Amino acid sequence: MAKIYTSKTLATSKMLPKKETINFLLNYSKALTIQKKGNLIFECIAN
Amino acid sequence: MVIHSLQFNRAYSIKILFRNFRGFHQKLKGIIMATVIIPDALLVKNYVAGDENALATLIGRHQSKIYGFIYSKVTDRDISDDIFQDTFIKVIKTLKSNSYNEEGKFLPWVMRIAHNLIVDHFRRNKKMPMFRETEEFSIFSIMSDDAPNIEGRMITTQVEDDLKRLIQELPKDQKEVLEMRIYQDLSFKEISELTGVSINTALGRMRYALMNLRKVIDKHQIILTN
Repeated sequence: MAKIYTSKTLATSKMLPKKETINFLLNYSKALTIQKKGNLIFECIAN
Repeated sequence: MVIHSLQFNRAYSIKILFRNFRGFHQKLKGIIMATVIIPDALLVKNYVAGDENALATLIGRHQSKIYGFIYSKVTDRDISDDIFQDTFIKVIKTLKSNSYNEEGKFLPWVMRIAHNLIVDHFRRNKKMPMFRETEEFSIFSIMSDDAPNIEGRMITTQVEDDLKRLIQELPKDQKEVLEMRIYQDLSFKEISELTGVSINTALGRMRYALMNLRKVIDKHQIILTN
């Protein structure tokens, strides 16, 4: 058998963030409301 | 028999028709999916208007590129996740506060945020570098414990005991001066006052004490080092 000299690539073909990270972001986005009043910005995170 | 075959034929043709229709429907769906991709700008607009699903679509569409970009710079999955999360937190905050106005350039904008956060990460790390234990790199190669280990402590005790025994072998006047100087940390002036001899005599006794100790150590080949 001929040897295969190609080495495996170290990185996986698709790099994706963890599901928890995505879920956190989506929930954070749902919970966050930002209100602008003049110069003030109010950030409100609903529980 | 004739009727039966006719019925069979009809059922068969309906089946084929249905199958064809299903295939066509699938194809159509594929075409629609392929051509009608909502542009980023519209998704951003929808998201700002309150459509939370638009964000999910945006993240799903670009997560691979953004995460890959971050990973290519930091080469650590956990840190990449952190930076990815921080990037989108910034995106969400900017969009929700209506401060975003680069329409049509969503991905480059997000990439820019990610890039800035990566730079921040490295800047912070330069001040306080983080090392992670891997197969090739052991954390203990750079982190050492200065406290002596049990072996070192045992050797030290032995050396001290040996030295004490050697001192006991010295003549009384020499032993007295040496103990006062080394163990009680007295000056030669104080020693001379306490022993009632001149400073020079005290100095001479100290010198003889050390010479005698060296002689005994040499003679018996005693190793007094750790």
